[in-house]
Amino acid sequence: MIGFTLNGAAVAAPIEAEAPLLAALRGPLGLSGTRFGCGAEQCGACLVLLDGQPRHACTLPVGEVAGRDVTTVEGIGTAAAPHPLQKALLDQQAGQCGFCLSGIQIRALALLRATPRPTEVEIRAALDPHLCRCGSHNRIIRAIQQAAAEMAP
Amino acid sequence: MNLAFAGPIQDGRPKLPGSLHVNRRLDQWLAFLPEGAVRLTPGKVELGQGILTALAQIAAEELDVALSRIRVVAASTPGSPDEAVTSGSLSVQESGMAIRHACAEARAILLSVLAQRSGVSPHDIRVEDGAFLAPDGRTLGSYWSMADAGLLAAEASPDIEAKPATARRIAGTSAPRLDLPEKVFGSPRFIHDLRLPGMRHARVVRPASRGAVLLAVREGALPGDAVVHRDGSFLAVLAPREQEAEAAALRLAGRAEWQAAETLPPDGAVEAWLDAAPAEESLVAERVAETPPAAHRIARRFFRPFVTHASIGTSCAVALWQDGRMHLWTHSQGIYNLRADLAKAMRLPAETFLIQHVEGAGCYGHNGADDVALEAALVARAHPGIPVRLLWSRAEELGWGPASPAMLVAVQAEAAADGTLLRWSQRVTSNGHSGRPGRGKHPTLLAASQLADPFPVPNAINPPLAGGGGAQRNAVPGYRVPALDVRMAHLQVMPLRTSALRGLGALANVWAIESVMDELAAAAGADPLAHRLRHLDDARARDVLARAAAMAGWESRARREGFGLGLAVARYKGTGAWCAAVAEVEAAERVFCRRLWLAADVGEVVSPDGTLNQIEGGAIQATSLCLLEAVRHDARGVTSDSWEGYPILRFSEVPRVAAELLARPEAPPLGAGECSMGPVIGAIANAIADALGVRPTHWPFTPENLAKAMDTA
Repeated sequence: MIGFTLNGAAVAAPIEAEAPLLAALRGPLGLSGTRFGCGAEQCGACLVLLDGQPRHACTLPVGEVAGRDVTTVEGIGTAAAPHPLQKALLDQQAGQCGFCLSGIQIRALALLRATPRPTEVEIRAALDPHLCRCGSHNRIIRAIQQAAAEMAP
Repeated sequence: MNLAFAGPIQDGRPKLPGSLHVNRRLDQWLAFLPEGAVRLTPGKVELGQGILTALAQIAAEELDVALSRIRVVAASTPGSPDEAVTSGSLSVQESGMAIRHACAEARAILLSVLAQRSGVSPHDIRVEDGAFLAPDGRTLGSYWSMADAGLLAAEASPDIEAKPATARRIAGTSAPRLDLPEKVFGSPRFIHDLRLPGMRHARVVRPASRGAVLLAVREGALPGDAVVHRDGSFLAVLAPREQEAEAAALRLAGRAEWQAAETLPPDGAVEAWLDAAPAEESLVAERVAETPPAAHRIARRFFRPFVTHASIGTSCAVALWQDGRMHLWTHSQGIYNLRADLAKAMRLPAETFLIQHVEGAGCYGHNGADDVALEAALVARAHPGIPVRLLWSRAEELGWGPASPAMLVAVQAEAAADGTLLRWSQRVTSNGHSGRPGRGKHPTLLAASQLADPFPVPNAINPPLAGGGGAQRNAVPGYRVPALDVRMAHLQVMPLRTSALRGLGALANVWAIESVMDELAAAAGADPLAHRLRHLDDARARDVLARAAAMAGWESRARREGFGLGLAVARYKGTGAWCAAVAEVEAAERVFCRRLWLAADVGEVVSPDGTLNQIEGGAIQATSLCLLEAVRHDARGVTSDSWEGYPILRFSEVPRVAAELLARPEAPPLGAGECSMGPVIGAIANAIADALGVRPTHWPFTPENLAKAMDTA
C-alpha cells in the first residue's frame, strides 16, 4: 500500500512500489485522464506533476511518490469548474482526437506557473517533448496564450 | 473504404441519399425520446474528426430542435445502420446526407399526422425546438409526445425535400465539438478507459520476424497469475493486472523459440525493390492525341518509402465470450467489416459478434484497431466469462500495424515552347493501399495468418478509380493536356502488410504532378501560379489556387536568402474537395516548413471551424510525413518501432497555418479530412526547390535525400 496526495486528497494505492505510477493511477485509483502512449518518456501523454514538477508517470515508480503530492489532469479542473486553460482549450477547439491533451495541460500548467506570460517561442519549446498526431498544435498554442492572458495579474 | 468503395450503387431501387440507400428504414437512424431528446444512431464513427458533432448539427437543423437535444450514439452491431468504413472523407456525404433526408422525412411524417389530427393545414404548422405549433400559438404536439407512436417504423421515400441552404441556421455554423469536453477534462471516453468487472489484461508476444513460426515455448513460472494463450504462432498472456501481463509477456518472449524468416528487402533498397518486384499492370486513364513536337521534356521519378499512422494512443480492444456470444469493444473504423473478418478468422457465424465502437486515439486510416480486436477475441474465447482487455505496446503500434505502401511515381511530360502541356504520362508502382477487413475471401487481420489452422495473407488491393482509387488516387492530373497515359503497377508481393493511410496514393501523386508542373513552368520561363491557372479548366480549382496565392502574397513575394516559397493545388480524388497550398520553407541545417497558407472548397460546410481544424491538421500531418517520416526495417521486420526511430513533427517545428474556406452553401458537401495533404506536400517540395535549386525526389526531404537529388540532377 503506497500512500500519497492525489489531486489534493490522501490516497493509498494497493500496488507494489516498483510499479509505475501510471499503473496505480489507471488501475486501483480508477482515473483515466493520465494516458499510456509509449512507456518510455517519449510522447508526454502520461505527464503528471510531482510536487509541482512535471514527471512521466509511465516510468516513475509508485514508491518514489510515497508521501508526496501528485496532480493529474483530473486535478486541474472539472466541467463544472474548468481551469482557464481548459476553458481556453475548449474556446479554441484545440484538439481533435484529444489523446495528447492531458499531458499537454500538465506541461502548460507548469509553464504558466514558472512563466506567466510566455512568448509563442517559449510555449513551443516547452511543449516540444509532447507529440500530437492530429495537427492541433497551433490551436493548443493559441489556447495557452489565451489562458496566460486570462490568468496573468 | 466505405460505401462508395466500388463506385455508384445501381440496384434498381429508388435512389436515396448517402447510406440511406442501403439502410432504408428511418428507425435505423433516429428515434424520439419521451424525455425530449432525439437519439441519433449513425454508422460512421468518431475518430477525433468531429463527425458526430456535424451529424448532430444536420439532424437538429432538419428537425428544428435545439442542438442540445440530439444524443448521438456510438455505432454498434446490430444497433446501427451498416455504413461500412468511416474513411475517404465521405462521412458527411454518406452519413450526413442520409441523416438530413431521414430527419426531414421524420419531421414531415409527424407534421402530417398532427395536421390530420388537429385539422390545421400542414402548411400553417411550424416546428419550434421540437414542438408543433398552430398559427395561433397552440401546441398541437411534439416529437416527444409522439415518441411511442411507431411513426418511424417505415422505409424512407425518395420524394422528401430537405431545407434549402438559405434556411439553415445550425448546419453551417461552428458548433463546439460534443466529444471534446470529456477529452479535455480527462473523463473516461477512450476505449483504453473501459473497465469491466473482473476484467483481465492480455499482451501479445510478437514473432521474431514477419512470417516466423513458433517452434516451442519453454515451460516456466510467470509473474502474478498470468496464463499463456497459444494458437499456432499466436502467443499471448493473460493476467489479472496490467503490469503483470506486461512482465509476463516479457518473460515469455525469452522462452519462445521461433523459426524466423527474412522476407523484407534491405532498408536502403526499397526503391530498387519497387522496380523489380512482380506487379500487375493496369491502365488508369488514357487519351490519345496527335501533338506537335515538344520544346520541353521532363522525366522524373519520385520515391516515397513506407510510412505509418503513428497514433498517439496504441491499439486496444476488450472482448468477452459469454453464452456463445462474443461481446467486443473496438475503435475499428468499420464495425460490420470487422465483424465479417472476425467471423472468418474465428470460424463463427457473424451474428455471434456483438460489436460496440468506443473511441480510440486518432487513427488516420487503417491502423492496428482491427487486428487487436481479433487478438482480444482469441484470448477471450479461451476464457469464457472473463472480459479481456488487450493493449498494444508502442513497439507493436509502430512495428506491427499495417503500413502505408512505399511508392514510385514516374512522370514524363512534354510541353510547347511557351509551356503549354502536350503530353503527360504517369506510372505509379505500389503495393495495394487497402488491406481493410471485410472485403475478401480471407481475413486481413494480423493474427489470422498465425493460427494453428492459418489463413493466407491477402494481398492489399487498390479500389477502382470510381471508388476513389488507391495507389492511383490523384494520378490523373487536373490540368488540360491533350495526350494522357496513366498506368498503375500493383505489386503482387507484400513483405510489409500495407493498408490505408489518410490520402492513400494522392500524397505521392500530387507531389509528383505539382513538382513537374513547376519544372515545366521554369523551363518555359513562366510563373508557377500563372502556368497552373492557364492549364486549369475547372473554375473551382482556379478559385482556391488564386485565393491561397493571394493569402500568401504570392505576386509580391521577395526572395529571401535561405527561404523558399512554393505552391500546389489538387482536387482530392478528382471528385472531392479542392485545396490549394502555399508553403514557406527555411533551409537551415535541415528543411523546416515555417508557414502554410491554405484555401479549400469542400462544397457545403456543416461546421466551418471543424472543417478548418481538419484542413489544418491534415496540413501539419502532411508536413511531418514528407519532412521526417519513413518506416525503417531490416530483413526480418520493422526497426523504427519507437518515437526515436519514427520521429514525427514537434511543436517547435510546426508551421503557422492560415486556412480559409470558399463558401459554397448550395453545393453538395465533399468531405474535408484529406484534401489538404497532397497540396501541402507538393507546395513544400516546390518551396524547397525554390530555396535550394534542388528538386526533392526522395521522401522524406532530409539533407541526405536532398543531397541524393543533387547528385542525380
